[in-house]
Amino acid sequence: MMTTMTQVNRQGEVWVFAEQTDGALSEVPLELMGKGRELADTLNVPLGAVLLGDKLDGLAEKLIAFGADKVYVVADKKLAAYQASGYTHVFCELIKKHNPQVCMFGATAMGRDLAPTVASAAKCGLTADCTDLQIGDHKAPGSDEVQKNLLLQIRPAFGGNIIATIVNYDRWPQMATVREGVMALGEPDPARKGKVVKESVDLSKVKFPLTILKTERREKKVNLKAARIIISGGAGVGSKENFKLLWDLAHCLGAAVGASRAAVDLGFIDHDHQVGQTGTTVRPALYIAVGISGAVQHRAGMCESAKILAINSDRSAPIFGIAHYGIVGDLNVVLPKLIKAVRGGASIEQAAKQAAH
Amino acid sequence: MPYNCVVCVKQVPDTKRITGEAMTPEGTVNRAALPAIFNPEDLNALEEALAVRELFGGTVTVVTMGLPTACAVLREPLARGADRVVLITDRRAAASDTLATSYILSCAIKKMKADIVLCGRPALDGDTAQVGPQLAEKLGLPLITYVEQLVGLKDGVLHVRRNIGNGWEEVSCRLPALLTVMETANVPRPPAVRRLMKTKKARCVAEVAKAVEDQMPAAAPEAKAAETKKRADELAKAGLLIEQWTLDDIQADLTWCGKSGSPTKVHRIQAVVLTGGEYHEYPPTDDGAAQLISALIEDHTIG
Ligand SMILES: Cc1cc2nc3c(=O)[nH]c(=O)nc-3n(C[C@H](O)[C@H](O)[C@H](O)COP(=O)(O)OP(=O)(O)OC[C@H]3O[C@@H](n4cnc5c(N)ncnc54)[C@H](O)[C@@H]3O)c2cc1C
Repeated sequence: MMTTMTQVNRQGEVWVFAEQTDGALSEVPLELMGKGRELADTLNVPLGAVLLGDKLDGLAEKLIAFGADKVYVVADKKLAAYQASGYTHVFCELIKKHNPQVCMFGATAMGRDLAPTVASAAKCGLTADCTDLQIGDHKAPGSDEVQKNLLLQIRPAFGGNIIATIVNYDRWPQMATVREGVMALGEPDPARKGKVVKESVDLSKVKFPLTILKTERREKKVNLKAARIIISGGAGVGSKENFKLLWDLAHCLGAAVGASRAAVDLGFIDHDHQVGQTGTTVRPALYIAVGISGAVQHRAGMCESAKILAINSDRSAPIFGIAHYGIVGDLNVVLPKLIKAVRGGASIEQAAKQAAH
Repeated sequence: MPYNCVVCVKQVPDTKRITGEAMTPEGTVNRAALPAIFNPEDLNALEEALAVRELFGGTVTVVTMGLPTACAVLREPLARGADRVVLITDRRAAASDTLATSYILSCAIKKMKADIVLCGRPALDGDTAQVGPQLAEKLGLPLITYVEQLVGLKDGVLHVRRNIGNGWEEVSCRLPALLTVMETANVPRPPAVRRLMKTKKARCVAEVAKAVEDQMPAAAPEAKAAETKKRADELAKAGLLIEQWTLDDIQADLTWCGKSGSPTKVHRIQAVVLTGGEYHEYPPTDDGAAQLISALIEDHTIG
């Protein structure tokens, strides 16, 4: 196995793994560009994106528009489909050559496969599922030495009961994975300038042990991340039929429908709609939680919503702890009233508009 | 053609019953203070191994690393039919992060002639997803994550279906290989009641020694040692002795174990507090609903 160990390199760049499949970038690396930009600016070093694959036309430009100063491109037929062995080899060769100080990966199926493998080969630390990344100083307990400008890797631990900040001060690069949707997607700037650095890595000695026989991808049924209003139902909704109440209110409000894991597990709605730690992370203008208790794993996916409305018959449900608006009551009573109120409101608005013409 | 499967399991803290003493003053996890349970996803990895043995023959070995109390998670696989269970326990392995843990496990597995190494679902929602892939890297084995279904196994070539997040793919691979198994891959069989009763008595030597210590605290050290040996021999004869390995037994290089082998350090721990903004409550009436909707419209939150 590889026995590289990268030294601490204060001038090292900040890198983002630019995950792509069949020539299309995933959303996470673009989200990570915003955070990466911030970290790189704080450290006063360039932001690099690492783009591996075969047909990569136009992707480097997109990464630059989202904030990359440099895009390292390794294009090779052998990298067309992802395999841990090949991608790890290439990534480690690039680490050896350029000595980055930070490497970020999306916590996707691919990122969770690749990042630990790279960390193992490079013998460096890795923190999974970070919810925030910052630059800061660290003093080890029992030592007076202050380590300056480390990557603070912040993540919930122990089922969300605590927030842990992890550092890695001696065996770099400092690596972290971040789930999709956790970092906000920035606005691309097509006028931004950056450098495309074409690299070639010898793959003749690398084994590709997997034969990929068949692949099937499907689009997500909903795009919760893009929704301005989300109305989510939980176990309290009681049945698939009753979820219709949520769909009705959603139609009135132009909202998307989300759900708690309990609602998904009970078969009320498809997993694509799940909000939370193991679902989608959302930050809409308004999040309506109906019959959801507000478990920490659910809150993890929605607590950054601008406004939260909770509807629950149990006044002591934790969801009320983060809500801005609340109705304590039976959702079967409350939802029809809300639908009526919205419909009424809409017609008043329309009437007002018509009157104004 | 028979296959030897090695399943890595771990004891995980029961995060629903966490106490304030969960962290040591040095900022590492005080696992001793946490109620520990079998990582539920690891049962799916075990079930897959048992299914392979059932179809093709071979053996199922289960390995875990932890304190002697981690034997609790080895009695379960014994009850479910594992041939052999191994505990790696060593003070010098304390405070290992995933990198050090995977290194230590790799040293142990190198001694086992495994055709298939299985890890539980790389807890998509749990605390780490790293040990499986890192173990594969350290062992130089092909890595197949998120296995949902074992489609076929013939002449040393494995064919599986794996989840890729936004879909699935089918891959084949010549063994040996390392698999991480999804909870959707199977429904673990319940342990047979007779086996369960029997394997409840399984112990590792450290547990035996502790029981002897508790029962005859005043005895001479030699007497305790002799008693421990006698009981351990009896357990071994009944097939109930849990093998206990130290880092020396697996020739682990200590620089890569425990604290020195762990690049990640805890910087800070904070308790989670719920913070809401200003809170307005409306009654569950027609008026309440109307007021709420107008408030949202005034806020420019809707409309
Ligand atoms: C590792 C892990 C990952 C997880 N990931 C996620 C995740 O991504 N997303 C997620 O949501 N969960 C997740 N969970 C599960 C989470 O812990 C909770 O179990 C789940 O969120 C509970 O869903 P719920 O609020 O719908 O159900 P419950 O907790 O059962 O709450 C139902 C609520 O409905 C209310 N209610 C009942 N009847 C009515 C009524 N008629 N009118 C009004 N209110 C009513 C009740 O008062 C109660 O508050 C995860 C758990 C684990 C362990």
